Amino acid sequence: MRHLLSTGDLDRDAAVLILDTAAQMAATQSREIKKLPTLRGRTVVNLFFEDSTRTRISFETAAKRLSADVINFSAKGSSVSKGESLKDTALTLQAMGADAVVIRHQASGAPHVLARSGWVDGAVVNAGDGTHQHPTQALLDAYTIRRHLVGGAGASDPAGRDLDGLHVAIVGDVLHSRVARSNVQLLTTLGARVTLVAPPTLVPVGVQQWPCDVSYHLDPVLADGAPDAVMMLRVQRERMGAGTSAGGFFPTPLEYTRNYGLDQRRLDLLPDHAVVMHPGPMNRGLEISADAADSPRAVIVEQVANGVAVRMAVLYLLLAGETHEERTGIA
Amino acid sequence: MSGSTRYVLRGVAPLGGDPVDLLLADGVIAAAGRGDIQAALDRDAAAGSPVVEVDGAGLVALPGLVDLHTHLREPGREDAETVGSGTRAAALGGFTAVHAMANTSPVADTAGVVEQVWRLGRDAGWVDVHPVGAVSIGLDGEHLAELGAMAASAARVRVFSDDGRCVHDPVLMRRALEYVKAFDGVVAQHAQEPRLTVGAQMHEGVVSAELGLTGWPAVAEEAIIARDVLLAEHVGSRLHVCHLSTAGSVELIRWAKSRGIDVTAEVTPHHLLLTDELARDYDPVYKVNPPLRTQADVDAVRDGLADGTIDIVATDHAPHTREDKDCEWAAAAMGMTGLETALSVVQETMVETGRMTWADVARVLSEAPARIGRVTDHGRPLTVGEPANLTLVDPAARTTVVPERQGTASVNSPFRGRELPGRVVATFLRGRATVLDGHAVPAPSATAPASGEVR
Ligand SMILES: [Zn+2]
Repeated sequence: MRHLLSTGDLDRDAAVLILDTAAQMAATQSREIKKLPTLRGRTVVNLFFEDSTRTRISFETAAKRLSADVINFSAKGSSVSKGESLKDTALTLQAMGADAVVIRHQASGAPHVLARSGWVDGAVVNAGDGTHQHPTQALLDAYTIRRHLVGGAGASDPAGRDLDGLHVAIVGDVLHSRVARSNVQLLTTLGARVTLVAPPTLVPVGVQQWPCDVSYHLDPVLADGAPDAVMMLRVQRERMGAGTSAGGFFPTPLEYTRNYGLDQRRLDLLPDHAVVMHPGPMNRGLEISADAADSPRAVIVEQVANGVAVRMAVLYLLLAGETHEERTGIA
Repeated sequence: MSGSTRYVLRGVAPLGGDPVDLLLADGVIAAAGRGDIQAALDRDAAAGSPVVEVDGAGLVALPGLVDLHTHLREPGREDAETVGSGTRAAALGGFTAVHAMANTSPVADTAGVVEQVWRLGRDAGWVDVHPVGAVSIGLDGEHLAELGAMAASAARVRVFSDDGRCVHDPVLMRRALEYVKAFDGVVAQHAQEPRLTVGAQMHEGVVSAELGLTGWPAVAEEAIIARDVLLAEHVGSRLHVCHLSTAGSVELIRWAKSRGIDVTAEVTPHHLLLTDELARDYDPVYKVNPPLRTQADVDAVRDGLADGTIDIVATDHAPHTREDKDCEWAAAAMGMTGLETALSVVQETMVETGRMTWADVARVLSEAPARIGRVTDHGRPLTVGEPANLTLVDPAARTTVVPERQGTASVNSPFRGRELPGRVVATFLRGRATVLDGHAVPAPSATAPASGEVR
């Protein structure tokens, strides 16, 4: 693995290796001294063209726990227009000797451009690009699902296992969601079955080629599909009805919540073992009710913690590689 | 003209037919056939003008190509292209006339600007430049520009277009269609429903869904074409549809023609060859408007071109600076260069597939565009007495596209690294060689007639 740009680039074994490595990383995090010497002397740059404190802090924590030097480079406010160019920023980072560039960008494909351009030598990690991909989010989702639903359900580390036979429902704004795109590819690669649930306006034209089912109705998917995990997607305020220039994607927030929101009644339709997930930040009362968000089924807070372990694994696998003996550091 | 070089083209194949010798002298095809040429040369021997022999064995002679859709960028974006560099590229591509689109800065929406572009073209001397006039003032889509003044200017504008933008207001489109009837003009429509394409980045379909790029749906093109052919029928006007790109658009034009509506349509070389799959690497060199479509659309536009539903191939040559393409997809400019690869792409997609003859190539790249643009001295038969506007092509040659070696000032060719058939060996504009041995030949005194020869 040279870069991590898209979950579509991962085959089953590569994905399982990341999850297994993440489990090892997580194990070290219960120690008193959490810091590993693995990436000492390496430089990880967090290049964020789009504001996301949560994701940046997660990557920063992961890099620091591996003893890497971290540079946070916020290019926020520089709009997607010529002038403040991705190229010039990349060349600057190259001059700083970045071993890995973690990039978040509002333009779909910006990490691919960075990786393909030759502007930087280091590994490129996609931390979310436009409405395209957010591979580490999907990996932490898969990791969370595996911990809860595979093997002894948290009792023992299900190392080497994939998500074969599990059913995951992903609910909400699929059209604009990089989380949904990443998860459809990764979860199916890992053997899970995915059902997307959304109003038709929030399903992309062309979805018929995706390896998943699509439903416009949440209740039957929950009741009859018996999903093992339900992933609620954040609904952006600007997609809503009144006042939006393109005509809203749905009439009112109320109608959205009525048809697609996860509340206590819908929670009760789920199998007992099913977990509730959300990539955050949540719109409580819109796509998820407080009851659902705070229920014992919700693993939303755990997802955040798992994010650090998964990002440690990704940085480790990209930067330490097979040639380094530092592997022993995480035994 | 006496004293200017005469050319004897030995054994060229007009429209791919039987080889013949052609004598170009005094700006016209002066004689054809070995005997007549010798007689003509003997007769004028005293004139003393030099005679250059061109070995035309294996070369196809075509009437000089006519592009109905070229962006020369001057005035305003001389960093991407100038009239000089763009028309040199045109000559290298086998063209003898181009229509320069109006979306310059300032916009070509007055007699003054179109005359300026026309003069720049004449002074450069590579091809005849026919400026396209804007339909609306500043391309604002609201107020009709002075179409009559542009038509009556020295540039004699006959093609009007807001290209780059769609004349989306149906009332303005109706008025423009009606108004140009007074001087036999044509409205060339960039068919793009603006509300359906807000923020659009690429063809809306399977690939855009996966890449997370905002879609440019086929219906946004087809809806405008459907409306416009009905408007043209209603007011009895002439409509030209620019860069048609979808299978549905081909069907609509076919239907309109079957009803007798006076509509013509063009397809670009890139829509004949490339698909939206190329966006997968997010390389903005493949970002263009209208976007690259699917293979089914490519097949449909080829069918349409072969059966005459689509009248012409036009380049939509759209040079952009490196900084406008060396960036993330969403930030990149739309457009690709095409003047120097158009003929090769048509050969590859239509001739080598057996779907068109060289006579068909002459029709779609010269005769029909000249007729649509009302350019009377181009797109003519290759017969004695006709203006000596022609190009010689070596169809057996194959070349790998290297944008840095092209005549255009920009390098945003989507065909970089691709091997294409056919090579333009020579181009003649009124008997003067603008290209010889595949190299551009500047006019001896390119700017000399600037003051003395105003019509
Ligand atoms: Zn256009």
